[in-house]
Amino acid sequence: MWSYTFRRVLATIPTLLAVITVCYLLLHLTPGGPFDGERKVSAAVLANLQAKYHLDLPLWQQYLYYIKSLLQGDLGASFRYADWSVNDLVGKALPVSAAIGGGAIVISLFIGVALGIVAALRQNSLIDYLVMLLGNIGGAFPSFVLGPVLVMVFAIGLEWLPAGGWDDFALRYMVLPMALLVFINISTIGRVMRGSMIEVLGSNFIRTARAKGLPMRTIVLRHALKPALMPVVSVIGPLAISSITAAVVTETVFGLPGLGKLIVNGAANRDYTLVLGLVVLVTVITVVLNLLVDLAYALLDPKIRY
Amino acid sequence: MSLLKVSNLGVQFQTNDGVVSAVNGVSFELEKGQTLGIVGESGSGKSQTVLAMMGLLAKNGKTTGEALYQGKNLLAMSPAELNRIRGDRLAMIFQDPMTSLNPYLTVERQMTEVLELHKGISRRGAKKRAIELLDAVRIPEAARRINMYPHEFSGGMRQRVMIAMALLCEPEVLIADEPTTALDVTVQAQILTLLKELQRDFGTSIVMITHDLGVVAGLCEKVMVMYGGRAMEYGSADNIFYQPSHPYTIGLLGALPRLDHDGSELVSIPGNPPNMARMPKGCPFSERCTHASSRCADELPALAASSVNPQVLRACHKPADELQQAAQEVAHV
Repeated sequence: MWSYTFRRVLATIPTLLAVITVCYLLLHLTPGGPFDGERKVSAAVLANLQAKYHLDLPLWQQYLYYIKSLLQGDLGASFRYADWSVNDLVGKALPVSAAIGGGAIVISLFIGVALGIVAALRQNSLIDYLVMLLGNIGGAFPSFVLGPVLVMVFAIGLEWLPAGGWDDFALRYMVLPMALLVFINISTIGRVMRGSMIEVLGSNFIRTARAKGLPMRTIVLRHALKPALMPVVSVIGPLAISSITAAVVTETVFGLPGLGKLIVNGAANRDYTLVLGLVVLVTVITVVLNLLVDLAYALLDPKIRY
Repeated sequence: MSLLKVSNLGVQFQTNDGVVSAVNGVSFELEKGQTLGIVGESGSGKSQTVLAMMGLLAKNGKTTGEALYQGKNLLAMSPAELNRIRGDRLAMIFQDPMTSLNPYLTVERQMTEVLELHKGISRRGAKKRAIELLDAVRIPEAARRINMYPHEFSGGMRQRVMIAMALLCEPEVLIADEPTTALDVTVQAQILTLLKELQRDFGTSIVMITHDLGVVAGLCEKVMVMYGGRAMEYGSADNIFYQPSHPYTIGLLGALPRLDHDGSELVSIPGNPPNMARMPKGCPFSERCTHASSRCADELPALAASSVNPQVLRACHKPADELQQAAQEVAHV
């Protein structure tokens, strides 16, 4: 398993390089630059700025500069936020996104799996229909609708929680955004879990378990849970990636200083190094989470060996 | 009192096309140490009969009648009551060993859980006993193999594991639902020999479901022939094999391929089994029966003692002596 992990990590390098190159070219192909603003700067100042960030060099030289500093672990200086390096910006935003998105995924996994099991065991009952309805609402309504609804109910109506903002990981500010992400995620996890649990409970080896006289609780937890979790593991990877790195709407609705907001601002400002830095980070997170998913398969299914 | 006494057992399924009766009025008895064979084509209701007894019907299935195990009706028990009996006193092995074991759990876990549940033995003690049983069904290197997963075993070996698992609590009744159908012929013979030996050693009664008459001949003392969800003929294996008195049984025996005769033509019973949703009003076999009269199509024959041999129960309007005479004439030609 260790050699498999090592090989997977090695395989990340070409992936990362390809992503960076494509992204680098795309950013430079689009018209305009980081210093094209409404307020014109003089030609001399512009030339100075461009020299400082190596923007006066040919593109391939700029690219090599970037790769070189990347290899030293330096994502470069932000073009827009003076005195901030991209490392600093990411270092501040990543913990926020990781706490909100990562926490939400862990909570959604437990709630979604539990709801899916209950719905599967009581198939076509009132509980099942309620769970499915909840799932469909979470799946059908976009987060820019559900988010403000949460704010209206819990912040403005009931005044239990702040409507938005961030105060150094204070739980009060984290509850609503996490609740929104959890709601969206359990709609997928619950539905997948219900479907796979129903399928597994109809299989021959569950009939064997019943013939052995095992109580339903043991059948579900010992015999059916692991196989039923396999499809959930498949969806949990993409869900975790989007919850951590692409919760743009959630972060905007609640005014959170996270990665999603940073990437939108970076793109709007033509902040080449910031956008590239975030792309590198998202790629790494994606690769790591996908690796974890593949390792989880092997943990669940004895037939899978790496 | 019989160990197992099934009377008038019926199984109905609620489907989109209405209620379908898969089993109708099936009755049989099983004594200690006895082996009963239930024979029939696919869809004759033989599997559903035993699944109903084990409480393993699909969700839309309902039962009627009763199945008394030591005087207690299995069909009317609460799930908790039934769970105390099945796996312990009544055990079952299934047709498809490839899918009947849980691929996610080791053989050890799947075996020890039975003893932990029914006998309250510690996991360590249960493992020791499980290894003994795996030895008994002749799995080589049982002590090492018990820690493996089902996919590391061949089909025949998996069926041995299933049998060992079913025998862990030394059940009084072992229900075997086509245990050799999915296995190749040499392995089939091994498994049947194994079952016979285990029955001798453990004194278990066996209900053997099969469509293979060879299996019945080698193993069973009593035979029930089923067709269209009903018992057609019921008696001792010797009587059924040597003096069959029902057109369906005669047809089944006639369809057995034989190597000692010239000619390679395979004999079959013309026609197909009836559609369960549109059963004929009379005898379910009437549409395919060469002896059928208009009475057969209209009136259901009752299962009653044969006029030739009262030990045999048969459901046919045509008298047994006429049929047997006709069968002998055909055989002489």
